[in-house]
Amino acid sequence: MSSYKPTVIQTYPKLGNKVTQDTLYWKNYKSPVQIKEFGAVTNINFSPIAPYNYAVTASTRINIYGRYSQEPLKTFSRFNDTAYCGTYRNDGRLLAAGSEDGIVRLFDVAGRAALRQYSGHTKAVQVTAFTSDKYHLMSGSDDYSVRLWDIPSTTELHCFKEHTDYIRCGCTSNLNADLFVTGSYDHTVKVFDARMDKSVITMEHGQPVESVLLFPSGGLLVSAGGRYVKVWDMLKGGQLLVSLRNHHKTVTCLCLSSSGQRLLSGSLDRHVKIYSTSTYKVVHSLDYAAAILSLALAPENEAIVVGMTNSVLNIRHRKHNENKQEKKKKGPSYRFFIKGKDYMPKKGDLLVSKPVKFHLKKYDKLLKGFRVSLALDAVLETNVRVKTPEVTTGVMQELNRRGVLQNALAGRDEKQLSVLLSFLIRNVVDPRFTSVLVNVAEIIVDIYSSVIGESPLVDNQFLKLQDLIEKEIDYQEELLEVLGMMDTIFATMTTKKNAVVCGNQNYALIAGPEEEPMVVA
Amino acid sequence: MVEQTARDDVRVIRTGGSKINYRRPLFSTDNRYLLCASGDFVKVYSTATEECVRVLQGHKNLVTGIQLNPRNHLQLYSTSLDGTIRLWDFTDGILMKTFVVDFKLLALYTSAADEKSIFAIVPKDNNEISGNFQLVSINLPKSTDQEVAVKDVTVVLDDVHQSPKSIAFGREGQFVASVKSLELCVLFFKRRKYYRFPLSSKDRKGANNVFTCVACHPKEDCVATGHKDGKIRLWRNISNKQEYTYSTQHWHHNVVNDLIFSAEGTSLLSGGVESVLVQWQYKSETKKNFLPRLGGAIEHIATSPDGFLHCTSHSDNKIITIQSNLTVSAIIQGLVKGQEVLTDLMLDPRSKALVLNGKPGHLQFYSLQSDKQLYNLDIVQKEYIHQSSELNQTQVVKAAFDCQGTWLVTVEERKDETTDLEQQMKLWAYNEEQQSFALNTMINAPHESHISALCFQNLTGSRSGPATLVTAGLDCQFKVWILGDDSDIYRKCVCWSCDFVGTYHHLQATNCSFSEDGSLLAVSFEQIITLWDPDTWDLKCTFCHPPGKIQDLAFGRLSCSKYLLGTTDNGFLCCWNLLSCSLEWSTRLNVKVLQVDPLSENVAAFTEFSQVTDLFVFKPNEPRPLYMQKNVCSGLVQWALFVPREFPEDYNSDGKQWLARSQLYFLSASQNLMTFSTESVEERLTSSSKHLVIEENIPMTPLHVLLGKHREQQTNFVSEAKQTALPEGSATIDEMLHTPAHVLPNASFLCSMFVNSLMISKMGTSAKEEEVEEMDSEKEEDESDTEITLVEDEQETKEAYSAEELLPKLTKSEQKELKKLRKIDFSWIATL
Repeated sequence: MSSYKPTVIQTYPKLGNKVTQDTLYWKNYKSPVQIKEFGAVTNINFSPIAPYNYAVTASTRINIYGRYSQEPLKTFSRFNDTAYCGTYRNDGRLLAAGSEDGIVRLFDVAGRAALRQYSGHTKAVQVTAFTSDKYHLMSGSDDYSVRLWDIPSTTELHCFKEHTDYIRCGCTSNLNADLFVTGSYDHTVKVFDARMDKSVITMEHGQPVESVLLFPSGGLLVSAGGRYVKVWDMLKGGQLLVSLRNHHKTVTCLCLSSSGQRLLSGSLDRHVKIYSTSTYKVVHSLDYAAAILSLALAPENEAIVVGMTNSVLNIRHRKHNENKQEKKKKGPSYRFFIKGKDYMPKKGDLLVSKPVKFHLKKYDKLLKGFRVSLALDAVLETNVRVKTPEVTTGVMQELNRRGVLQNALAGRDEKQLSVLLSFLIRNVVDPRFTSVLVNVAEIIVDIYSSVIGESPLVDNQFLKLQDLIEKEIDYQEELLEVLGMMDTIFATMTTKKNAVVCGNQNYALIAGPEEEPMVVA
Repeated sequence: MVEQTARDDVRVIRTGGSKINYRRPLFSTDNRYLLCASGDFVKVYSTATEECVRVLQGHKNLVTGIQLNPRNHLQLYSTSLDGTIRLWDFTDGILMKTFVVDFKLLALYTSAADEKSIFAIVPKDNNEISGNFQLVSINLPKSTDQEVAVKDVTVVLDDVHQSPKSIAFGREGQFVASVKSLELCVLFFKRRKYYRFPLSSKDRKGANNVFTCVACHPKEDCVATGHKDGKIRLWRNISNKQEYTYSTQHWHHNVVNDLIFSAEGTSLLSGGVESVLVQWQYKSETKKNFLPRLGGAIEHIATSPDGFLHCTSHSDNKIITIQSNLTVSAIIQGLVKGQEVLTDLMLDPRSKALVLNGKPGHLQFYSLQSDKQLYNLDIVQKEYIHQSSELNQTQVVKAAFDCQGTWLVTVEERKDETTDLEQQMKLWAYNEEQQSFALNTMINAPHESHISALCFQNLTGSRSGPATLVTAGLDCQFKVWILGDDSDIYRKCVCWSCDFVGTYHHLQATNCSFSEDGSLLAVSFEQIITLWDPDTWDLKCTFCHPPGKIQDLAFGRLSCSKYLLGTTDNGFLCCWNLLSCSLEWSTRLNVKVLQVDPLSENVAAFTEFSQVTDLFVFKPNEPRPLYMQKNVCSGLVQWALFVPREFPEDYNSDGKQWLARSQLYFLSASQNLMTFSTESVEERLTSSSKHLVIEENIPMTPLHVLLGKHREQQTNFVSEAKQTALPEGSATIDEMLHTPAHVLPNASFLCSMFVNSLMISKMGTSAKEEEVEEMDSEKEEDESDTEITLVEDEQETKEAYSAEELLPKLTKSEQKELKKLRKIDFSWIATL
């Protein structure tokens, strides 16, 4: 026959952000490690090969950090002026950096001094990038020019002077060694081909471009500038796909998650927003203490590294649950559990599935046996009543429905009564629980009014409850007054449609005192 | 079956949904059938398939008792309030005999000791109001007539309780035990000894010693009685006035509704309001087994003669068959009745099932065609506590389907004296994969007070937009709920949310209705009907017919869609024209139910005048009603529904025209489901149902088709061969083969006649024999009239007979001749 139906616990819609897979994923990072640099952190670049060290460009140095190191493993400090854009080659062995003095320097990761210097730019070089064939180096400068260098011979292969303002960002294509993209303060993003004399595609971003990013497939280009992040379809010749405005200050840096499913953008408004690359909706947002200048994700999203204007480098490592599993005591062997479970049914076998066993909660087990007092005790345990007051209230409502609430509440000693009263004091003004708990409070007062005066503890709590309820009544009266005032205002405003009051979507769901302030707002 | 015959051939008939839990069900001896009294019929269910195999029709009033014939276990006695006892062959569904007793028979018993008579409870002096009842023994006379008047009625016990559970026959019918209020009486037949065992009426510690039921042990002199306070007493040594003993068992917390000993007497089964079947071990009563949560309160318990099956019948019109190891094997569910139909009658547009309140907290889907419950939808999803004292349980008070049947809205309420109104509105989406409704949105407290009406907007072809629902509440508001998209990158989902709240002069909203095309919403606020535009939610127009408050509201259909019909509580039916915004006509009619046919312009109005309900069917644009019927049924009609027919009927006369497209069903005050029908339809239905029964016996598998063809060929061939061998014109053989086996005399008697008939009438057979033969054949003819002839079966039996008859063709005389021939000396041949 039909089985026992468990007590219905009301679920209430959570206000604010919903908990999604993404929030769970991006919240699953350890508390941040903060490292003080010498100046604003302008660039962070991860080595593409195994230990995944990362180069942090700040002030006149480039520091190389290891995965969990608090101190730099290595420092390149042979810069006369501010260094910019320390970038690894895709084999992880060479590092290029621009500088305020207009010289592009090439370092061996293992060595100290610069291997090569490429001079030609007349002003600060803020962009450097290796092409995917490893032999060329692209640089963009404040002198409005983009140059392509041959790495071994230090000769300049190309010089494009199409931009009309500072070039502050750029990147090269992974797939084609001749393609690279630059973004400039002249509001344009240009795509260059080393085989041609001039730019292939020009895209109007509309704001000074702070960062550009090519998708691994090369089909999509993301540019950031002003408050906007724009996505361009390269295959359609640079058509704008989507324009995102989720920051309220200039977006300074862009980054893709390792799977390419999520796009991250950092901004001067101290937020990192995470977008889904299929819908371009914000799925999560991270907060930081200062304006963000640079952002990088470790491979497999193992760490989020953020550089800020207050010269702090913020590193958050991913949490791993391996430690917890080790703590568990060793149970029977794996073989024991899978015994017979990996049997594949042959053709003609009749599969008899094992009935699924439903486990009832403790209070449901007790309610099933009509032990109402014990069921109430079970939901008044500290962890239940503090963490999930809706369960406690739900069981109280069920008891009332069964007409045994009075029996369950009666016959309690001082300690149990004080637990009950403290639960009431905590929750009786919560609009979700008021209707049930007012009834509970009335029954308690009825039952225990005769023992008032015997215990100072209980007396004190009764007084507290009384005080609380009086305050709540005053508060509600005030709110009603406000509502009345607002009604008159609305009535004078809409003289024609006086019969119609437009309703809020969640009108029925959020009843009670929490709603009125929202209406005022 | 027919309640009333009206002119024009339109009749009110009961379509089913009658109680099957009125009396204790009965198992056939082979456990294959379960018999139960249901209204005026006796229904025969198959225990294996739960299907109703046969309906025994014939009684003119409620059937009150059924018992197997102790002399023939394939026959059934039934008693009814119409004062007849009928004897049936329940496997073939044939009425065999009718005994007219002229008493209102309230219960029926048979006794193993006295096979010639049966026992029944009758009111004293045939006067039911006196409240004085007797157990009588009725001696059934032996007669060949179909209808026999019975005069031989002797009183066995005086002053018994009218309930059939208050009397039980003891070990092999040696004694009878009867309980009434605080007294147990036992009468021993042989010794004519009569004992009375009174209990004290003292109401100590909540004890209530009033007897409710009694059962006797099949092997020992032990009587078990159930009591109002849930106690069970086992009485022993009852043949001694002074030294009798009883032991008390107390598990039930409320009335013991029924108890029965198992067939061998090893255990005792009891049940009550708790709906838990308790199995007590006999002689070690502390050992108990339980089968909980069976549904409604247990009303009756029965066991099969061999003890393999038990069955319980429940207050929610349900019979559960239970195996002897206390596992449920089958559930036979009728239309759940006995509570107020708060949701009104509805039609599920998908399954074409009737939908109404079912078990507490459920909606039941009831197939009108097969008179069978399709399924229950659990709306409340809370544990139901069975308690006889009034517990305020959550009830489903309102429900509605949208026009495609994809959405179902339900409102459940629970009102307590101390707490606020608990109200929830649930929206259910139809799930194609699971073929059932799944909960989509749950809204707590949609209105601050009761919801008085709710309806979906009809979204027909031309209109687009989100699905829309309107609820009218007594908190002076009506709310509009729309289906919105709530999907994000993680999942796709839709949910309902409130879109608009409308009020009118702070009056209570009592009704709401959308026009047929969904372009206009009418909401009534006490006396005033307001019309709203669903696109902008602007108030368009108001109608009223003071001082009456609007009770019901309906838009006309098809060509009459410009009319709006309203009924007022001061007895007016008004029709407003929506184009001219004026009152078209109004008439003084106290309309209780107003129903619009979805497929035609017709409107049905049930009116009530001094406890008599009349029906008017009319078109809003015509001055004269299409059809009127006075006094549809006794009592009020509160719920009615037009159900579209699958295939439209072809009626020529005006009076029946309104039944062409749809059928009107209604629930009478006694909660019988009635409909309006015509003779021709009924006949066709019954004939088709019989045809179906034959076909259902053999499933149409490919093998069957193949085998059938093969057999047909074979039989054709064989029968041709045999036709010639059969003696021609043998009336007796024909008679014999046409007559059902159960009315034939025994085979030894028949054999000689049969053999005689095969003989070539050479010499004059004795005249006497011929006379007997003729008499018999006459009798057989009479009875063969009543039976249903199954042509195919007949053919087969005939062939079977003829095959047998081919071999023993030699009769006695022929054998004698053969013997004579053998004795003749043939030696002369040798000399040749």
